[in-house]
Amino acid sequence: MKERLRRTMMFVPGNNPSMMQDAHIYGPDSIMLDLEDSVTMAQKDAARFLVYNALKTIKYGKTETVVRINPLSTPYGAKDIEAVVRAGVQVIRMPKTETKEEVLEVEREIARVEKEIGVPVGKTLIMAAIEGALGVINAYQIATASPRMMGIALGAEDYCANLKTSRTKEGVELMLARQTIVVAARAAGIAALDTVFSDLNDMETFENEVRLIKNMGFDGKSIINPRQIEIVNKIFAPTEREILKAKDILAAIEEAKAKGSGVVSLNGKMVDKPVVIRAERTIQMALACGVITEDEIGGEI
Amino acid sequence: MLKTATAGTLESGDIMIEIIPNNGSGIDIRLDSIVSHQFGKQIKNVITQVLREYGVDGVTVNATDKGALDCTIVARTTVAVCRAKDCDTNWQEANK
Amino acid sequence: MPNKINDIEKIAKQLHMPVYKKDWNKNTRKRDYTPRKDLQTQSEKIVDLETAIKASGLKDGMTISFHHHFRNGDKIVNLVVAKLAEMGFKNLTLAASSLSEVHAPLIEYIKSGVITSIQTSGLRGDLADAISHGLMDKPVIFRSHGGRAAAIANDEIHIDVAFLGASSCDYLGNANGYSRSGTEKSICGSLGYAKVDAEYADKVIILTDNLVPYPNVPVAIAESEVDYIVLVDEVGETGKISSGALRQTKNPRDLLLAQIAAKVVVNSGYFYDGFSMQTGSGGASLAVTQFIREAMKENNIKARYALGGITGHMVQLHEEGLIEKLLDVQSFDIVASQSLKNNRFHQQINANVYANPFDNGSAINWLDVVLLSALEVDVNFNVNVLTGSNGIIRGAIGGHPDTSAGAALSVILCPLLRGRIPCVVDKVTTVITPGDTVDVIVTDYGVAVNPNRPDVAERLKRARINVVPISELKAIADGVIGKPDPLPFGEKIVGVVTSRDGAVLDVIHEIVEED
Repeated sequence: MKERLRRTMMFVPGNNPSMMQDAHIYGPDSIMLDLEDSVTMAQKDAARFLVYNALKTIKYGKTETVVRINPLSTPYGAKDIEAVVRAGVQVIRMPKTETKEEVLEVEREIARVEKEIGVPVGKTLIMAAIEGALGVINAYQIATASPRMMGIALGAEDYCANLKTSRTKEGVELMLARQTIVVAARAAGIAALDTVFSDLNDMETFENEVRLIKNMGFDGKSIINPRQIEIVNKIFAPTEREILKAKDILAAIEEAKAKGSGVVSLNGKMVDKPVVIRAERTIQMALACGVITEDEIGGEI
Repeated sequence: MLKTATAGTLESGDIMIEIIPNNGSGIDIRLDSIVSHQFGKQIKNVITQVLREYGVDGVTVNATDKGALDCTIVARTTVAVCRAKDCDTNWQEANK
Repeated sequence: MPNKINDIEKIAKQLHMPVYKKDWNKNTRKRDYTPRKDLQTQSEKIVDLETAIKASGLKDGMTISFHHHFRNGDKIVNLVVAKLAEMGFKNLTLAASSLSEVHAPLIEYIKSGVITSIQTSGLRGDLADAISHGLMDKPVIFRSHGGRAAAIANDEIHIDVAFLGASSCDYLGNANGYSRSGTEKSICGSLGYAKVDAEYADKVIILTDNLVPYPNVPVAIAESEVDYIVLVDEVGETGKISSGALRQTKNPRDLLLAQIAAKVVVNSGYFYDGFSMQTGSGGASLAVTQFIREAMKENNIKARYALGGITGHMVQLHEEGLIEKLLDVQSFDIVASQSLKNNRFHQQINANVYANPFDNGSAINWLDVVLLSALEVDVNFNVNVLTGSNGIIRGAIGGHPDTSAGAALSVILCPLLRGRIPCVVDKVTTVITPGDTVDVIVTDYGVAVNPNRPDVAERLKRARINVVPISELKAIADGVIGKPDPLPFGEKIVGVVTSRDGAVLDVIHEIVEED
């Protein structure tokens, strides 16, 4: 499914069976089984098989399944696609994407396997990780390269190396990349995901970073440990105040409808379309985050 | 031609599979498992099934199990077999 | 004028009392002019171990007892039993409050017939393994802490000689699990279990590595209950008795269980200003305390008391003013032990005051909430904390059935699976705590509420907690791990599990290994 909550995408190394069995119980919105950087060359085949069997057997429930494959330019990429499409993965994540051609190549491989096993072509979605300068420049092209594209993400470690700089707490080196990815994703109508934060002992900086990227417009963040999930969910959940305001706006709309009026006003101010859309989104998110229940809002959204 | 091959680790939840050609015929599985009472038979069955699917015979399998689920046992055994036979997955058999 | 001398003689005859004469009663302690500093070091109670044993009147076939406050650092049991073996004793019943991995040397003494019967709350390590494989002719009798205390008080267990280790003891026998002398080698805090042995045993021998000047008060065991004092090298190994620092678990599964459990408590209807609680000492239980602490601060709720099994975390809340009083039958770590010594409202209680099943005033009966762990839970909410999934004994009953029965709400934290081992099953391997006293089971896949607590289920559902039928949890477990083969149990009974009120609840059969 293209549109869904993606506040947290949890990274799971592909050659670790016990982590793959458990990852979903901590409630991440998506889990990303990794065949790329976290797996040594000697174990690429082993990881591929583990991920294949895990996807076929383990009941991940509502958690979205994503696999990060190796680039098609390596001996592993094509085999990865073959295995995980057969296993029924929901999303294939491309690493280090620089051009829309790379997306098209991956799309072709996926389609070939889908045809061979007899599933609807187009079923498997794609997301691309942008991890270098060229990728940032081509962000919009990548985001619109295929109807299968469900999101683009930032990979900060490689990106900083590419830029010949290093990561800082404030993240000034990532500003352009982050803003570009959000803008490109929105223009393309797909999701924008931020990079991992790997210092598990510094929850304070992590929290600040999550707040920052939420304000920038990201849909969610890649995470590496269940302890990070609660913080992200908390920050992405609408506040009491936002929910109350949204409820007021929606109530005002109902009132206007009942009166047969085309103009909606609240507290003497006119309520125009962007405000309404934001209110509806707030309520949707609040419901999805479990902060409010269906009966609290009544009526239709 | 078959050669000795290993797959898997000794981490919790994993199983290490070592396939050694043994010149005799038959499949000889030597299992050391932390759940040998409860799942010993089942683990051996799963390994045997994978070996049969790939037409493997005349091997000794040393399996060291740390509580792996069936899907992990299948995965590790399949990889060990492919490494032993130096071939790729046979998707006809694997896609069950 | 009345004649006093005649009257004194007449009254004495009437009252059946002798007439006073200096030194008429040889049992009365005679006056002594020695400066007390020197006099106390001449205490006749202080002897070596062999003398103490001889003087105690211990004979073959009798019952000896020990406490387990030194946990896996204990040196007393092995020391004493070795000496008893050397002295040629046979057929003794060892009634310890519990036994640990460190007690593996007992295997030899069981084989040689020194010890032929054991009563305990738990067994671990090689000793447990050997007993599970049929080492002993007589089955081990397992009792909960409350069950043991009541059995001792009712003379169902008759202790002939109690050998009780103490971190400090004065020359007359006033003994404690901590010390104010600064000369202690190790401390264990509360001596709650030992106090019962000291009260009821025929003879009490205190073993200490720290003789201190009289009076060693406030006191755990008073000198009037003590017959002999033996000075030993070390009563226990400090590092193994308890952890020094407050342990914080970082294990994500423990944290997840703890978070859900805390939410259960907060929404259970038993979370109000003045509530009371007890938690276990495992990783998840420690973490629960931290989450509940946050909820207490947010909601301005204080606890009237915490009971335990006291941990450093409980002490922290007490010192912050969030818990008014601490009732301590066992101090789990050094922070708790120090707090027992220093904090006025951190009180030591004996095992009967803690959990006697027949006393309405037992501390467990005034608990609102208890949080416990489990090895296994079954679809009837029975809990097993004693035998592993491979049928081998590997834990202790502890206060599990006592607190579950005593508290208004019992919450069990247990992962659904431990690797390929299911923790929610059809029938537990051994029933330790009967299901009718188990209310809520918190797993990482969902929360199950006992059908006889519909009010609690309702409250939890309204709080958007994922409440599911326990059969559903079992089905999930089955789906993941497959169907296990039955365990190779033999016919021989190696353990008897008693209920807290003294009835046979379950039996443990020996495990027979195939070759």
